[in-house]
Amino acid sequence: MIVLWTDALLFILVLMLLILGVYMSRKAHMRRPLRKIGRSKTGMAALVVLLFFLLIGLLDSLHFKDNGEVISVLDYLARPLQENSEKTYSAPFAAYLYSKETITQADGSTRWGYPRLRYGGAHLQDPEREKSGDIAAKGLVGFAKGAGLMLLFMLLLWSFFKDRHRHLLAHGSTRAVLTTLFLLVSGFYTLVYLSSYYHVLGTDKVGEDVFYQAIKSVRTGLVIGSLTTMIMLPLAILFGIMAGFFRGWVDDVIQYVYTTLNSIPSVLLIAASILMVQVYMANHPEEFNSLLVRADMRLLFLCLILGVTSWTGLCRMLRAETLKLREMEYVLAAQALGVTRSMILFRHILPNVMHIVLISVVLDFSSLVLAEAVLSYINIGVDPTTYSWGNMINGARLEMARDPIVWWSLAASFVFMFSLVLAANLFADSVRNAFDPRRAEHG
Amino acid sequence: MIQYIIRRSLYALPLLLGVNILTFVLFFVVNSPDDMARMQLGQKHVTEQAIVNWKRQHGYDKPLLWNAEQSGVKKISETIFYRKSIGLFLFDFGTSDSGRNIGADIKQRMWPSLALALPSLLVGLLVNITVALMMVLFRNTYLEFGSIVLCVILMSISSLFYIIGGQFLIGKLLKLVPISGYDTGLEAIKFLVLPVLISVVAGVGSGARWYRTLFLEEVEKDYVRTARAKGLSEPQVLFKHVLKNAMIPILTGVVVILPLLFMGSLIMESFFSIPGLGSYTIDAINRQDFAIVRSMVFLGSALYIFGLLLTDISYTLVDPRVRLS
Repeated sequence: MIVLWTDALLFILVLMLLILGVYMSRKAHMRRPLRKIGRSKTGMAALVVLLFFLLIGLLDSLHFKDNGEVISVLDYLARPLQENSEKTYSAPFAAYLYSKETITQADGSTRWGYPRLRYGGAHLQDPEREKSGDIAAKGLVGFAKGAGLMLLFMLLLWSFFKDRHRHLLAHGSTRAVLTTLFLLVSGFYTLVYLSSYYHVLGTDKVGEDVFYQAIKSVRTGLVIGSLTTMIMLPLAILFGIMAGFFRGWVDDVIQYVYTTLNSIPSVLLIAASILMVQVYMANHPEEFNSLLVRADMRLLFLCLILGVTSWTGLCRMLRAETLKLREMEYVLAAQALGVTRSMILFRHILPNVMHIVLISVVLDFSSLVLAEAVLSYINIGVDPTTYSWGNMINGARLEMARDPIVWWSLAASFVFMFSLVLAANLFADSVRNAFDPRRAEHG
Repeated sequence: MIQYIIRRSLYALPLLLGVNILTFVLFFVVNSPDDMARMQLGQKHVTEQAIVNWKRQHGYDKPLLWNAEQSGVKKISETIFYRKSIGLFLFDFGTSDSGRNIGADIKQRMWPSLALALPSLLVGLLVNITVALMMVLFRNTYLEFGSIVLCVILMSISSLFYIIGGQFLIGKLLKLVPISGYDTGLEAIKFLVLPVLISVVAGVGSGARWYRTLFLEEVEKDYVRTARAKGLSEPQVLFKHVLKNAMIPILTGVVVILPLLFMGSLIMESFFSIPGLGSYTIDAINRQDFAIVRSMVFLGSALYIFGLLLTDISYTLVDPRVRLS
């Protein structure tokens, strides 16, 4: 068992989220907006997709040592995918390589043509005739297995809930959740089943399975999106509330700090810091001996610097809200009663700005995932050896100029990134609808 | 008014100083000038003499922040920080680590950046506001619902894909415009059409949604009800009253970024190989040219602070309720 920095932080984050969830579901005034989220069909369906991505990310964050190399649980599960690498490009579901080369035939003579793949469709005798039928059959088997699994699960659920919680099953959002879950699990299972016979999303330049790359990238996206928020939240909450509550010189100093940070174009600040880390690592090779530790450090640092550049917006909002709250009657009353300042901050101000924090967290998540891709593309994002959608796009860029073009890396990263960001956006919308007091009035 | 402007400009000085110190610390605390020299000279095994020469040539042969060997004011002035910063405050950017004059480069490269950024901003604004107004006009219909869904979908696509897709579809398949490059004078237009188009399309999702919430907030106010009550049609209400009153928040957003247009867009320029300041910065980052990156950071923050000042002034011109004191 090996724990990388980002692994540990990711798990702590999940734990914190769980605690927050339990805490919120106990408070009466928090339960109303939570129920509102629960009633929104798109919101709940998006949540299911997000949790699915989270599961993949968490599986990929449990590292252990196997025969001398560090792998994650996900690597272990996807072992055939990782090992079945071809020579170079091959199209999705192809049985032949994408480029011609000299093939030595059984009788010793050579000819110029497309050689068979080592793994993709290797079980077929005559790919041209059998392939489409075989894909359909294997796909059907995979789908049937996945769907059967889900049906069993739903049957269990139904037998468990049918008497006491009938209203839950009849609810629209429950149906939305179950439908999403069904499609997701059976679809994913089909892909996984097929991928043990074919490269479902093709292979890249060095013959690595693109499906595997796209799945590995989920973790990077999640880490950037969530760890950055975790780094920026304490800064924003602490400084925002303090500036609003104490005013005077504290306010001046904090305002100065965030205006200064804000006035630096964030891309440049990020570029500068990443450059710095790179040079530091190049000069201290002894501290970063393994490739994985190096990449992990850079990922963590990227989160750190993204967090530093992005706390200012939330801080300003919290400051304004606290300025308003501190003049409220109940705060004045608490002051008159002699409640200490720290207690007022903790009991009265903090819970009343939480909805702003929550809304901005879910809104920021998707933009951070998008930002990662752009930053990686201009080489100031994650380490080039880390699997990430940005790196995949970057690698695929030159392939667009090939003729015929190699489109699958690009398409794969597009589909995966799009589904994560779309789910995050939809979920963020329903959270905002539920927690924003201005919207709550309109129902 | 003039007093206010002067005071605000003076207020910008500590901010710029802060920016300067921050970038300086970022660059030099971890990397010594020796490291920089080694990186610029390129080889792993450079001689000590070469490093010393490089440092002297580029002015990195002094202490960082505090020169203990000198006396009086020179304790501060004979340092790298002072030498490299005082020029920035006078907008004299010096020479880059590879020996080019940064100021001349910036002057030459800001025009392509402007030529790309200004049309992108204007067309984008026009499109976003029109779409948002349409959404408000058809509110509570399937048309609105559909366009909100479309906006969320458009928002969820990375800008990289808009660029790659646009280049492929319009540049390579349809062959309507060249895929990338730049030319001087009016010839540049055919190179600029595609990047402008793409940046407008890429921004319409989030832009239209943002303006829609602005307009919706305005629509619920009393004066709108009054306008409707006196018999104005819905489009008249929207275009005459709501749009005019929503102009203030729109203006605030736009004026701040106006000065930053000089800096161009890092990604657009590097994808379309437009020789603007954005691609200049990216090249500098990739070549690890600290002098250029630092100059650009400084320029960027100076322009941003200038933008904030402009915003405040423009406020008073548009909204009679705001008085500067």
